Amino acid sequence: MLNTVFLPEMALMFMVLVMFFMTLGNLRTGVIQGVTLAMSAVVLVVAFASYGANGLLFYDAYQVDMLSQLFKIIILSGLFLIYALGRGLVGIEPKLHAEYNMFLGISALGLVFLSSSVELLAILLSLEISSYALYVVIPFRQGQGRMSAEACIKYIMFGAIATGLTLYGMGYIFGLAHTTYLNELAVVIPSLVATQPLGVIAMVLVLICFLYKLAMFPMHFWTPDVYQGAANETTSIIATLPKVGAVLLLLRLVAVAGADITQYTWVLATFAVMSMTFGNLTALVQTDLKRLLAYSSIAHAGYVMLGIMTADLLGMAAAVFYIIGYLLMNLGCFYVIYNVAPEGQNVTFDDLKGLSRRSPLLAMTLLVAAFGMAGIPPTIGFVGKFVVFTGAINKGFYALVIIGVINAAIAMFYYLKMARAAYCGADDEKDPILMPIGSKALGVFFILAIILIGVLPQEFMAAAKEAVALLL
Amino acid sequence: MEKYLILNTLNYPILSMLLIVPVVGAIIAMFLRGDTLQKYWSLAVTLITALISVPLWTCFDKSTAKYQFVELRRWFPDLNLDYVVGVDGISMLLVLLTTFVMPLCVLCSWNYIKIRIKEFMVVMLLMEAAMIGVFISMNTVLFYIFWEGMLVPMYLIIAIWGGDRKDYASIKFFLYTFAGSIFLLVSIIALYINTGTFFIPELMAHTYSFSFQMWVFIACALGFAIKMPMFPFHTWLPAAHVQAPTAGSVILASILLKMGGYGFLRFCLPITPAATYYCVPILLVMSLISIIVGGYLALGQTDIKKLIAYSSVGHMGFVTLGIFLLNTGGIKGAMLQMINHGVTTGALFILIGLIYERTHSREISDNSKLGMIMPIYVTFLGIFSLSSLAFPGTNSFVGEFLVLFGAFEKYPLVGALAIPGAILAAAYMLRLLQKMVWDDSDGHAHHGDDSRSIADCNAREFVQLAFLTVFVFWIGLHPTPLLDVMDTSVAHLISQVEAGSVIPEVVRTGEHHALLHDAGVWIKSIVSF
Repeated sequence: MLNTVFLPEMALMFMVLVMFFMTLGNLRTGVIQGVTLAMSAVVLVVAFASYGANGLLFYDAYQVDMLSQLFKIIILSGLFLIYALGRGLVGIEPKLHAEYNMFLGISALGLVFLSSSVELLAILLSLEISSYALYVVIPFRQGQGRMSAEACIKYIMFGAIATGLTLYGMGYIFGLAHTTYLNELAVVIPSLVATQPLGVIAMVLVLICFLYKLAMFPMHFWTPDVYQGAANETTSIIATLPKVGAVLLLLRLVAVAGADITQYTWVLATFAVMSMTFGNLTALVQTDLKRLLAYSSIAHAGYVMLGIMTADLLGMAAAVFYIIGYLLMNLGCFYVIYNVAPEGQNVTFDDLKGLSRRSPLLAMTLLVAAFGMAGIPPTIGFVGKFVVFTGAINKGFYALVIIGVINAAIAMFYYLKMARAAYCGADDEKDPILMPIGSKALGVFFILAIILIGVLPQEFMAAAKEAVALLL
Repeated sequence: MEKYLILNTLNYPILSMLLIVPVVGAIIAMFLRGDTLQKYWSLAVTLITALISVPLWTCFDKSTAKYQFVELRRWFPDLNLDYVVGVDGISMLLVLLTTFVMPLCVLCSWNYIKIRIKEFMVVMLLMEAAMIGVFISMNTVLFYIFWEGMLVPMYLIIAIWGGDRKDYASIKFFLYTFAGSIFLLVSIIALYINTGTFFIPELMAHTYSFSFQMWVFIACALGFAIKMPMFPFHTWLPAAHVQAPTAGSVILASILLKMGGYGFLRFCLPITPAATYYCVPILLVMSLISIIVGGYLALGQTDIKKLIAYSSVGHMGFVTLGIFLLNTGGIKGAMLQMINHGVTTGALFILIGLIYERTHSREISDNSKLGMIMPIYVTFLGIFSLSSLAFPGTNSFVGEFLVLFGAFEKYPLVGALAIPGAILAAAYMLRLLQKMVWDDSDGHAHHGDDSRSIADCNAREFVQLAFLTVFVFWIGLHPTPLLDVMDTSVAHLISQVEAGSVIPEVVRTGEHHALLHDAGVWIKSIVSF
């Protein structure tokens, strides 16, 4: 019993163990990457195989169900793509390549645990496993001593504060409800939140850590500096996987608080609106591509929250769909950033000029990913926005949706800037960018995935609905 | 659902093929090598698409207002969203316009586009698929997907192959139209939540409260008015037109601007009839301002392309005027005017591109006195200029006449106010014609001192222009077939609008300030927290 339901975790732990032994030797990067990639592919296959498993483990603190398995698949697919796109680890200190991969694996392991945790302490523990691994890898960047150190300190400081606040909130909740199991909390919390202001405060405080991971207002301040200071490979993981985990936990916690809690919804709505507006307006003036993506991710967090806070089937499934799309499109952008910067430096708009001549594939990937994030059909980003808005209007959040679409129009400007940089300009011809065939295949994969899931979203949406149905 | 439509009885899926052929053509074009091959390939694909679309005309059943050639497939059952395409008398003509204009766009880019020919042709073919998609979608989401998806290729056409200020023009075009149509998405979702369907004919059959209709109408009309473009929202058009390459201008003028009018006819009128009635005065005034201001601004231009761009604003004013007269003459005239504008202004932009290739200037003064050097060119210029100013016997005359006829029938004052617009059109077009053909020339070709050696139209250019000339005179002298085709659909549309406007007539006074009331409730609910 334990084996079948716990198989993805076992496989991932085995992978981390193998990578630990690899850190002891002195292997070439090619070998390290080859082994990592192969093993993460196996782990992904195992995760797919365990889709549909059900079970409760470890004194009922660890629940394996459709929702957790879906998110494990998303997280492990993301991990595989991140390993694949950072094929040479050019931004990382050469002697730390094996360690780097190991820590990414540990971080993903924490997130995989997180997806199944249904007890407050288990949640905190898994979250910290995932966070600490990431704190460690940020200063692994090659040649950017001060910047990456600053990013690391900021990430740790904000992370520590967020964890502290979350613990504080958990303390309140335990005091109020005398339990730490989510399924038991779901019985008592709705009435507490409705009658006691302390209940609202406690539930908001518990969210803080996940808002921090999701880079959402009011815990968004770390995002631009960390994105900019971390290596391109590292940013690609910080920008995606922890956010997927955070969305799942936000879904679980909001579902615990119940659907019809006005004060709670108003707090979340304020966060969502501030996040969208602040993120989009600040992104308009950025020149560093990673910084821009940081602000755009703050804005995207607002849209996801719009789906989560509906606390009904359609809206929550929309949030799950949205985060899948966000993962793909963001990784598509980081794929381009990684390949445009052969020495792992940061990429500005000037570096993108003439990209369509240097590498039509990269330019096309950036175009598709940028228009996808802007929500232009027929991409996965459009369907994501569409279902999120549908869910929100279904709940009567007209004003929020109107603010959302105005924001989408503002955001269009900087996504256009990305597309324009790739397709226009460049008087001085730079050398074409040569990529190995595997890397090219990855670009084609991103383009096709972003467009095809946008055209045929049914299966994904159905899976998301089936998964979130367990929460309600 | 079936009571609104007639399934496709041809033994092949004609409408889906119209969508798929250009897309497949574009994908194949990505792998072709050699510029000449690219051009011939794109020409072949657009011609095949045009050929495929011919049965829409020949097999069309004029006696019914139902949607025809319909294809229906499950697509996104979670949201009750199906893939459903079909045409009626209103959209069929616009589909044909698209498929027949696109080969001309490829032809007029033959020598004009010098760089990145492969990408250009790919983008053009994708553009064609998206434009056809807009006209054949019978589902609001499908419509929106094509409507927005179209912006990307058009943006690329202007941004990569445009003129000196392409950056400014392309971003202005994109943001303006995107900001306008994003509210369309909100109203599509609001309609869905209200009715549980995205299927347009079913949305038309529902009745909504007056204030809901007003919100939907405003959201939709904003997007369509920008696309159209109507008077206060027209500023993106001259910029985009002037900077776009010839093919881009032709697509913009011939097809993109029609989408605004089509949107009004497909969404605003039948879905929100009461709100339409309520807003008629405002929209008529805006149309009149468009007509006068467009014409007046065109009068002052020295850049030929800008002149034609502003004249488009005026012509589209006639279209919205016709639509919001809400009578048979007006709407039929507006439809015909859309087709005419597609033919005539498309041809004028081809003519401008043609002379720009030779003299590299769009200024009138640099392109004057062409009469003796380019006799074929000025003949076509004359024909299309006369058509543009609605000279009797040409196509635009019929359209404008019908619109004015409808106006005098319903609101004589509106008709009277629109007349100066027609006079202005004559003024600026004749001025253009005079400068470009004669100016102060004495009527003799001075081969000695006039050292300009500008080649006249070659066979390729002649074919494009001659093809459009056929339509100028065909529609001008014998418009009955076109009017017959749209007859039933327009009558049905008008009956829908009138049926919808009867009930709220009583409510109207009571709900007069429903909008303000709604906004007040919102503000209160926000303030109370």
